[in-house]
Amino acid sequence: MTPAAAIRGTGLRRRPPLVLLLPALIVGLGAILPVVYLVLRAFDADPSQLGGIVFRARNLMLLGNTLALVALVLALDTLIALPLAWMATRSDLGHKRALAFLMTLPLAVPGYVMAYALIGLSGYYGFAKVWFGLALPPVRGLWGAGLALTLYTFPYLFLNLRSAFLGMDPALEETALSLGQTRGAVFRRIILPQLWPALAASWLVVGLYVIGDFGAIALMRYEVFSYAIYTQYVGAFDRTYAAWLSLALLAITVAALSAQGAILRQSRFARLGPGTMRTARPTPLGAWRWPARGFVFAVAVAALGLPLLVLLHWMRLGLPDMDWPRLGATALRTLAAAGPAAALTVALALPVVLLTVRHPGPFARLVDRLAYLGYATPPLAFALAMVFFTLQAAPFLYQSYALLVLAYVMSFLALAFGPIRLALLQIGTRQEEAARALGASAARAFSRVVLPRLRGPMAAGGLLVFVMAAKELPITYLLAPTGFTTLSMNVFSRTSEGMLAEAAPFALAIILFAGLFVGLILRYEGSGVGRTRPGPRR
Amino acid sequence: MNKIILTGFGLAFGLASAATAQTVTVYSGRGEALVGPLVAQFEAETGIDAEVRYGGTAELAALLQEEGAGTPADVFWAQDAGALGALSPQFTEQPAATGEAVLDVFRSANGKWSPTSGRTRVLVYSTERVQEADLPQSVADLTDPKYKGRVAWAPTNGSFQAFVTAFRLTEGDEAARAWLEAMKANEAKVYGNNGTQIEGIANGEVDFGLVNNYYLGRYTAKDPEFPVDMANFAKGDIGNLVLVAGAGVVEASDNKESAQAFIDYLLSPAAQQFITLQGNEYPVISGVIPHATLESLETVRSISPAVDVNQIGDLEGTLTMLRDVGLL
Repeated sequence: MTPAAAIRGTGLRRRPPLVLLLPALIVGLGAILPVVYLVLRAFDADPSQLGGIVFRARNLMLLGNTLALVALVLALDTLIALPLAWMATRSDLGHKRALAFLMTLPLAVPGYVMAYALIGLSGYYGFAKVWFGLALPPVRGLWGAGLALTLYTFPYLFLNLRSAFLGMDPALEETALSLGQTRGAVFRRIILPQLWPALAASWLVVGLYVIGDFGAIALMRYEVFSYAIYTQYVGAFDRTYAAWLSLALLAITVAALSAQGAILRQSRFARLGPGTMRTARPTPLGAWRWPARGFVFAVAVAALGLPLLVLLHWMRLGLPDMDWPRLGATALRTLAAAGPAAALTVALALPVVLLTVRHPGPFARLVDRLAYLGYATPPLAFALAMVFFTLQAAPFLYQSYALLVLAYVMSFLALAFGPIRLALLQIGTRQEEAARALGASAARAFSRVVLPRLRGPMAAGGLLVFVMAAKELPITYLLAPTGFTTLSMNVFSRTSEGMLAEAAPFALAIILFAGLFVGLILRYEGSGVGRTRPGPRR
Repeated sequence: MNKIILTGFGLAFGLASAATAQTVTVYSGRGEALVGPLVAQFEAETGIDAEVRYGGTAELAALLQEEGAGTPADVFWAQDAGALGALSPQFTEQPAATGEAVLDVFRSANGKWSPTSGRTRVLVYSTERVQEADLPQSVADLTDPKYKGRVAWAPTNGSFQAFVTAFRLTEGDEAARAWLEAMKANEAKVYGNNGTQIEGIANGEVDFGLVNNYYLGRYTAKDPEFPVDMANFAKGDIGNLVLVAGAGVVEASDNKESAQAFIDYLLSPAAQQFITLQGNEYPVISGVIPHATLESLETVRSISPAVDVNQIGDLEGTLTMLRDVGLL
């Protein structure tokens, strides 16, 4: 049976509407462009050299290092984010809003800044030495890279887990407790299974991010795939070998994607019971109150205090030469590029997620996975692919503002999936079906019943994309119109020349700027699913 | 808020459509700090608008390769001769007069690009942990056990690769490979570039580094107490190699005249003076007041090895060797 026949066989109602199919098709095509480009470039190679390039012992070492780094970051992220998310939703720890804000803010710190902060802690001009006369051992290699990446990726996990906790019906836990289960058993058997989709989705996003990150890794001098790819472009002007390495990296991505897909299939997360959901009763922390506060404080100091202090420390040296109008102009350009990119990303993400959740099938799955592939493609390769295709097919788009925005969209689309999908899974289809049964058209039922509850998650996803685009470097570098310099470009061009003091104000501006939007993410996160929930306001 | 976004849009579109006839588009692998003032001066003197695209030399080289004939660039200004060599097929010939103005040590043989500044390879070392007597006489000495784990290098750096190419040229491929392997066995530590090596020394991670001559000045100018100094190797050692940064006119440019005017401006006494005073590099023409703290050009000439900058073109062979040794 052909796929089309399979869809038809399940009844006409299951056929996805054009309004979902069309965006999905665009996304699929857009995401496959870089892959096509990489394959083209890869087979540029002289066949006699190819063997030596692809089968090198060094590639195995790079693979081992890459996997070790991913495992380390995911483990550290989970150890930090899971307790925090629980505390921020289920405990009686006060100031939950402030806590959520603080723990999301590190998302705004660019990777190269975080790595620099960690290195700058111990160096000659380092914070510890200048202020306290302490000579700390340098953090480098696996632990250095792992720590730097953890400190600005854990908020992503935190956000998703927090949403999952907020959307979880406490009735199930309470029933289990009343039936004599211990708290530990409830966590293992009731809570953890419900957290699973959020955990798996964020592990995937963070894992792919770690695989593709370059900024932090280069500074920490830890050799992974992305480092090798960059080295080929930078040190060797070699697009062919870089293309092979990029394809290898995409193969790792595909493996991760299928593993995640296999885990998540066949699960159901929407509540079934009648009536509406209650807010969970906060669990008293008791004697654990102070250790919990200490934990929050330690994480905040490491992930926020550290980069801010290091930047302020450098800023003190660079402030006299500061070019304020330039700072303002570059901040505006950052906004002008990242803002529309975020809006467009969400506009594309919604139909694609709807397609995958409501009309699952081979096509939906393929498009969904392709979007993740776009996210995982090394940014430099992604940017070069865009250069290649626009020059071949649409020269008028080349080095245009529009292309920059489109490239951001294709690269970050998968980021917006997480919050929207989670919300759709938790909303389920029953209320919409009820609206249909009462005579509302499909479009009306969706826009009146589902859409209002998606507004929060959509805004959260969009803002996440905004923050990432504002920090982004290689794509911006290669695709922005000539003369269009953003904050991140200014940071990089100065740090690469060893002018740290001059770079500090721009880096600080990115953090403040992105921090502002992180604050907005929480505002919307808090609304969404939660807003329609009756019961006492927290 | 909306107003801000609109302003941003206006800015973005305005910049995208600003290209007119009297405009030259420069892809600059050299940083804005050095280039910016020169560009402003060029615009003031010639009335030609210069649009500069900043980036890493290698990224821009990859970009130019990808763009091919469709490139909007008129000039490529690169940090090292390796990138210029790789892109030579995409450059148009430099006029003979431009070549003749340049000092012979720096002159480019294939005539496809012009050097814009000269620099030398030097040894940097920690003033806290290294005695003058312990300084090596030759770059080959760094494989000695007494330097084990104490030396920094940057195999991905273009200038370092040019140095390896020169090494291969003067001592032969086998000697060069043996040196690379011995350095690796002696636990030379890999850094990303010149600046991070110097910081690594100041931070106490390593004691020596192999860098270009103009980086240290950026640190010592701000902080005379900075615990790193630099030294040359013995006379004629390959470690004292002379290198250049340079620029070429892109063949696909429809604006070659303005492009050449830009390069000619870079070779003018005013621009060369600026490059040497602000950038700590060597001028490539005569008649420029020398930088006070730089080694004199005569000294450089007398201690540098007899290698022609133009002959160090076999980047491909060097990269293959670096890969074989496991450094790339």
